[in-house]
Amino acid sequence: MTDTTTDAQGVRPHAGIPLEHPDAETAHATERAVFGFWIFLMSDLVVFALLLATYAVLLRGNTGAPGPAEVIELAYAFPETLLLLTSTLTLTFASVALREDRARGVYGWTFLSLALGAGFLALEGAEIAGLIGKGHIPQVNGFLSGYWLAIGTHGLHVAIGVVWGLILIAQFWIYGFCPAIRSRLVRFSLYWHMLDVVWIAIFTVIYLPGSLVS
Amino acid sequence: MKRIHAIHLAGYAASLALTLAAFGIAKFGWLDGALALVAIGLAGLVQAAIHLRAFLHLDFKGSQREDLQLLLFAAVLIAIMVGGSLWIMFDLGHRMM
Repeated sequence: MTDTTTDAQGVRPHAGIPLEHPDAETAHATERAVFGFWIFLMSDLVVFALLLATYAVLLRGNTGAPGPAEVIELAYAFPETLLLLTSTLTLTFASVALREDRARGVYGWTFLSLALGAGFLALEGAEIAGLIGKGHIPQVNGFLSGYWLAIGTHGLHVAIGVVWGLILIAQFWIYGFCPAIRSRLVRFSLYWHMLDVVWIAIFTVIYLPGSLVS
Repeated sequence: MKRIHAIHLAGYAASLALTLAAFGIAKFGWLDGALALVAIGLAGLVQAAIHLRAFLHLDFKGSQREDLQLLLFAAVLIAIMVGGSLWIMFDLGHRMM
């Protein structure tokens, strides 16, 4: 690993997967964009933190059944967690392949990560279809409003991530591995890894305590 | 194996172990009551920290000072807004009882 305080061009990198840059100008442009993206990620993190706080507040303002014990099923949450965690690992392989200019590795690992993300969405879709089937819709009580809001916002982020990743693969295909698109994969991987961190918060705050009550 | 792969794989293995432990506590009732909640919360916090270090490559030795300031600012915002919301709303809920 070439983690040093400055890279070859003397640019101190922002946090993220370290890339080799062809020249100082590209290095500066990439680092500036990565820092801007970190600012977005932190604001997104604040949004999710507040959604979880909203959930915690609404959880107690529950007008009778159904509560977490009737609604939350670890049978969905557990495979969803494993899919998202594994997609985070496979995306790091794509980032390392990009660092080493292995095109097939970038395509293959990015696509596998997106496929795992799509699997997560399919499971979450099945979970939500089951909720609707049992009449557990957001309007029923405070707990369900907060629950739908938190997992819905996260699921929407994952869906946007899958579309973004597919566009990224298409751009690599059309334009080749030019610096602008390489730096997009760096930002995409930051987005994807951060969504997994948000999911950790969701299953720690919502799913696991909710299933403990039962 | 290259060091960067080793970091990612170690992060994945540690995360997987913590995930399994947390779900195990919830599913099989290895711990009871408040102890279970504390253990699940701790596992989540440690796993989030591992992700930030291993996958997002957050490391203040090599990166710029603004990264640290940004993260601290976000942490302060979250602490004020989440802590403040919970404090006020639970206090209000308590008084309504």
